[in-house]
Amino acid sequence: MSQTSQAFVDAHPSAQDNAVTVRGVSKNYGAVEALKNMSLEFPRGQLTSLLGPSGCGKTTLLKIIAGLLKADSGEIIVNGKAVTGPGPNRAFVFQDFALLPWASVLRNVAFGLELRGVAKSEREAKAEKYIKDVGLAGFEHSFPHELSGGMRQRVGLARALSVDAQVLLLDEPFSAVDEQTRRKFQEDLLALVANENKTFIFVTHSIEEAVYVSDQIAILLPRPSRVHEIIRPSNFRAKGIDNIRRDPEYLDIVDEIWASLRNYVE
Amino acid sequence: MRVYGHKLPAMSSLLIWALLWEIVGRTGATFFIPPLSEVFVTLFKIIGTPAFLAALSETAQAFLAGVFFSIAIGIPVGILMGKSRLLDELLLPWVNIFVSAPLTALVPVLMVLFGFGMTSIVITTTLFGIWIIILNTRAGVRQINRSLVEMAISFGATPMDAFVKIYFWAALPEILGGVRIGVIRAVKGVIIGQLLISIVGFGALFELYATNFLMSHFWAVLIVLFALAFSISEFLAFLERKVAYYAAKR
Ligand SMILES: Nc1ncnc2c1ncn2[C@@H]1O[C@H](COP(=O)(O)OP(=O)(O)OP(=O)(O)O)[C@@H](O)[C@H]1O
Ligand SMILES: [Mg+2]
Repeated sequence: MSQTSQAFVDAHPSAQDNAVTVRGVSKNYGAVEALKNMSLEFPRGQLTSLLGPSGCGKTTLLKIIAGLLKADSGEIIVNGKAVTGPGPNRAFVFQDFALLPWASVLRNVAFGLELRGVAKSEREAKAEKYIKDVGLAGFEHSFPHELSGGMRQRVGLARALSVDAQVLLLDEPFSAVDEQTRRKFQEDLLALVANENKTFIFVTHSIEEAVYVSDQIAILLPRPSRVHEIIRPSNFRAKGIDNIRRDPEYLDIVDEIWASLRNYVE
Repeated sequence: MRVYGHKLPAMSSLLIWALLWEIVGRTGATFFIPPLSEVFVTLFKIIGTPAFLAALSETAQAFLAGVFFSIAIGIPVGILMGKSRLLDELLLPWVNIFVSAPLTALVPVLMVLFGFGMTSIVITTTLFGIWIIILNTRAGVRQINRSLVEMAISFGATPMDAFVKIYFWAALPEILGGVRIGVIRAVKGVIIGQLLISIVGFGALFELYATNFLMSHFWAVLIVLFALAFSISEFLAFLERKVAYYAAKR
């Protein structure tokens, strides 16, 4: 365990308010042990990254939290209640965007609300607001295939934001967009975390990205799948986003994570 | 087609074939082939007659009913088969048998079961059209991007929502492809049904013309039917192209 996370756990054993708690969750796919007795806490209003080598169960964990998959044992607590299926307090952002190719941006963004039975005028007004918020004003009536990858993911993000869920689940949301767009997204994400008072659970393959955007990073390791370490970067976040990538603590944490993961990359 | 660098309108090669037909007809080589011009004269003569119009409307009714049942039953069954392993295992062998079976052989059985009237013809038409619609819909549903379905479920979609708002639309290009082939088969079905049952619609007309060796009448009706079938198929192909823009982008 790193010094930072150990210190945190000792200092605040129970004072912390968790939006999501994962307790002893196991999941097997046939003979494959995707998750084994995993426990993890996600503090409210913060962004927690799940970082780890391919196949360590990140997507599986996220889908179990979303209620899309059933755990074999253990439980997920969201706002004090055990999860039994998908619910309005959680929204998912997909790696491949998962947009309806036959529907306009407006309908795509409003689709979550549509499924929840919100009236057309109301849901479209809401969707328009979030389309503006993610910087897509003017594209309401475009179709997904007319947008770039980055713009499509903004649509996916706007859809997740428009249902106003307290917990946002993001599975490698930026992996299909180019590097510059990705950096812009990371900055936007930090602004969202600061302004929206939502809890973000963020899966990524990029160590730098995880350290850049996270309040808490859970390092997962495979075979058997487990939480190896929880890191809470503390100092550089207050110094402003422009300085994060030059901060000594940022660089140390990136190195430290790489040191623990390098053995698992073949 | 291009001739000496000039672009000819689509299907102008048909003119050459029409000319050939006319020449063969005029040589009087066989009573079976009257000159094309005579066929068209006959065509315009009979096209307004009550017998022809009655045949047309009976055929249209049987055809539309058959197509309606093929689509209304075929699409939901195809979607369900694409979604459910169990249903798929149960039904797929039958669908595969029927899609390639010589259905004409079944028509006499249908006549025994459902009589010599419209019912049998509608059922024949449905049997011709439905299987390919089921198969194509099933194929369309099976290639659906899983994450679209997961997306809908994660936002609280009921199974009915998923059916109507995701599966149907995601499979629409394949469904339309199936409907187009199914409709063309239904044209065959309605004609074959009428020919075998041969007391209604064009079946009765064909029977009348063939037994009286009225070859130009026979060809005239055939041309009308071919033209109708071709127009329907082209119209559906046009609809298909309209949804193709997103089919390519999935
Ligand atoms: N539907 C499935 N059927 C069988 N095995 C699966 C299935 N989904 C995942 N697995 C297995 O479970 C393990 C964890 O998969 P998961 O997708 O959760 O990993 P991940 O951490 O998200 O990987 P990546 O970083 O590559 O996305 C892997 O070994 C994978 O092969
Ligand atoms: Mg994954």
